[in-house]
Amino acid sequence: MKKDLKEFKTFPSSTIKEIQRAAKEGIYQIRGLGAKRKVPDFDDLVFLGASMSRYPLEGYREKCNTSVILGDRFAKNPIKLDIPITIAGMSFGALGANAKEALGRGASAMGTSTTTGDGGMTKEERGSSKYLVYQLLPSRYGMNPDDLRKADAIEIVVGQGAKPGGGGMLLGQKINKRVAGMRTLPEGIDQRSACRHPDWTGPDDLEIKIQELREITNWEKPIYIKVGAARPYYDTTLAVKAGADVVVLDGMQGGTAATQDVFIEHVGIPTLGALRESVDALKELNMHRKVQLIVSGGIRTGADVAKAIAMGADAVSIGSAAMMALNCNADLYRKDYEKLGTEPGYCHHCHTGKCPVGVATQDPILEKRLNPIEGGKRLKNYLSTLTLELQTLARANGKSDVRNLEPEDLAALTVEAAAMARVPLAGTDWIPGLKK
Amino acid sequence: MNLDLNKKKLREINQLLQNVSREKNNRSFQILNPQGQHAICAGLKDDIEVSIKGHTGYYCAGMNKNASITVHGNVGTGVAENMMSGKVIIKGNASQSAGATGHGGSLIIEGDASSRCGISMKGINIIVKGSVGHMSAFMAQKGNLIILGDADADLGDSIYEAKIFVKGKVKSLGSDCIEKKMDDKNIKELNKIFKDLNISEDAKKFKRYGSARNLYNFKIDNVSSY
Repeated sequence: MKKDLKEFKTFPSSTIKEIQRAAKEGIYQIRGLGAKRKVPDFDDLVFLGASMSRYPLEGYREKCNTSVILGDRFAKNPIKLDIPITIAGMSFGALGANAKEALGRGASAMGTSTTTGDGGMTKEERGSSKYLVYQLLPSRYGMNPDDLRKADAIEIVVGQGAKPGGGGMLLGQKINKRVAGMRTLPEGIDQRSACRHPDWTGPDDLEIKIQELREITNWEKPIYIKVGAARPYYDTTLAVKAGADVVVLDGMQGGTAATQDVFIEHVGIPTLGALRESVDALKELNMHRKVQLIVSGGIRTGADVAKAIAMGADAVSIGSAAMMALNCNADLYRKDYEKLGTEPGYCHHCHTGKCPVGVATQDPILEKRLNPIEGGKRLKNYLSTLTLELQTLARANGKSDVRNLEPEDLAALTVEAAAMARVPLAGTDWIPGLKK
Repeated sequence: MNLDLNKKKLREINQLLQNVSREKNNRSFQILNPQGQHAICAGLKDDIEVSIKGHTGYYCAGMNKNASITVHGNVGTGVAENMMSGKVIIKGNASQSAGATGHGGSLIIEGDASSRCGISMKGINIIVKGSVGHMSAFMAQKGNLIILGDADADLGDSIYEAKIFVKGKVKSLGSDCIEKKMDDKNIKELNKIFKDLNISEDAKKFKRYGSARNLYNFKIDNVSSY
């Protein structure tokens, strides 16, 4: 930009461009993945580490436990994961069968779980997943009692961080014969998954729904309730009241296969603030660590995992980052990115079905670009890296179990993060919003 | 065999019914004193017969496969929700979301059904001998909703490929739902359903409703329909 030109703060060039696009097309933009705007996040926190008053563990020698048990409140068969990092629900339809298989392979190699999505359970993901969480969504596409019994846990999806209050959307270009068959709908039509469940409307009903699911599955499976980060204090309280074994909280940075851009960027609250509210609710109910809390939405590094656990989560879940481990947004097939009007590092065109790297597509030619075995190895390596980073930080804070990390180990770098995470601003004892 | 919910726990009874041995001759059961309990006969798997003597709560016969279940009373929300196959007969009335998301089998309601009957149905046949409430067959994907009485407002809103047959009056149709020609093929199909289920009705007296298929792909020209 030329130095003597002054851009409108209210109308920067990107805004003008969007106004003119809207004026031309008359319709909102739909896209995939999560929020692109900057929000307070785990980067705004730091660990304090050990000091005179805190004794560290030897980084390479002393054990640091990463395992976690999920769902031991009511379920006969809770899940014991080797690492507290799970793979979030992503549908077959949004992702191709190779991607689903790769996720299963990578997660299983690390002793953790993967999750179905809005489209039912495929044999590839069940076959490749040691622990598979089966989602019960409003659409109930592909839902059946046999798959319910094959699952290791059941996740009732109330909302999603990218779009709390919104239903699913899978555009017609991704609906091939197999996807359509699993969803009992014609090929090539836009599939609008409902935003509300068809047979329950509130927490009192949900309690009864959970009872039904437990009756069908012999009270064996842990029942998760997934909520988007809208009113996490109340939603967590109501989920516990409804009888959840596990609460899954998805912050606004969480991704989606396809939703209106205005929804992704303007609905829901950041993971950082949502997590703290949810932990508050569990503690007030005396259910912290009894009902496990999985948090998702913008988890990228072992530091993010460690900070989430220190704030009170029992585990995290990754979606977008897992896709990136499979090569989403990798600098490959540049010409195909260009055809979509984007480039590696910026692509959010999951909704088109033309994923250049073969992850979010049903196109048989594009899908071949993702080998599920190699993809599984990359995901395993990524999960392994996150786990090592998590252990490194836990040991540095003197913890022999990652779940012993605590808010006291953290400081905030910004006033916003201090207020949201309710940890002191670094170098002070000030927590905005807390009376001394 | 009589199973008394005053004497046995729901879990005990459901577990027994979910695991009836094929080698045993006893494949007929009566449930006594249901007293509005929820999830009675949820998740049955095999071709057994169950007769429930009284009213049930939510999700009676949920996700049923193969079993024939008769309720001699009224049922709560979500009867036979997500049913895969088999037959469920309700002698009384049904609350909302009857047969929701059902994939197969037959649900026969001899009384009335409340709102959202057949919501998101995926292949089930639902026959309501009385009337249905508003938003019935909302986003219905496949199967037949057959109403011998009347239908309240917004019938078949955002319907996909399911078919609706109504003998009585329809208060209003929902978005993208239209009346369609009742041709010989439809009459034959509907009469076959009546015959198979031993219902004495004449398909010629019914009107057929289904999707105009205008909203299958989002177009800005259709935005006023939403």
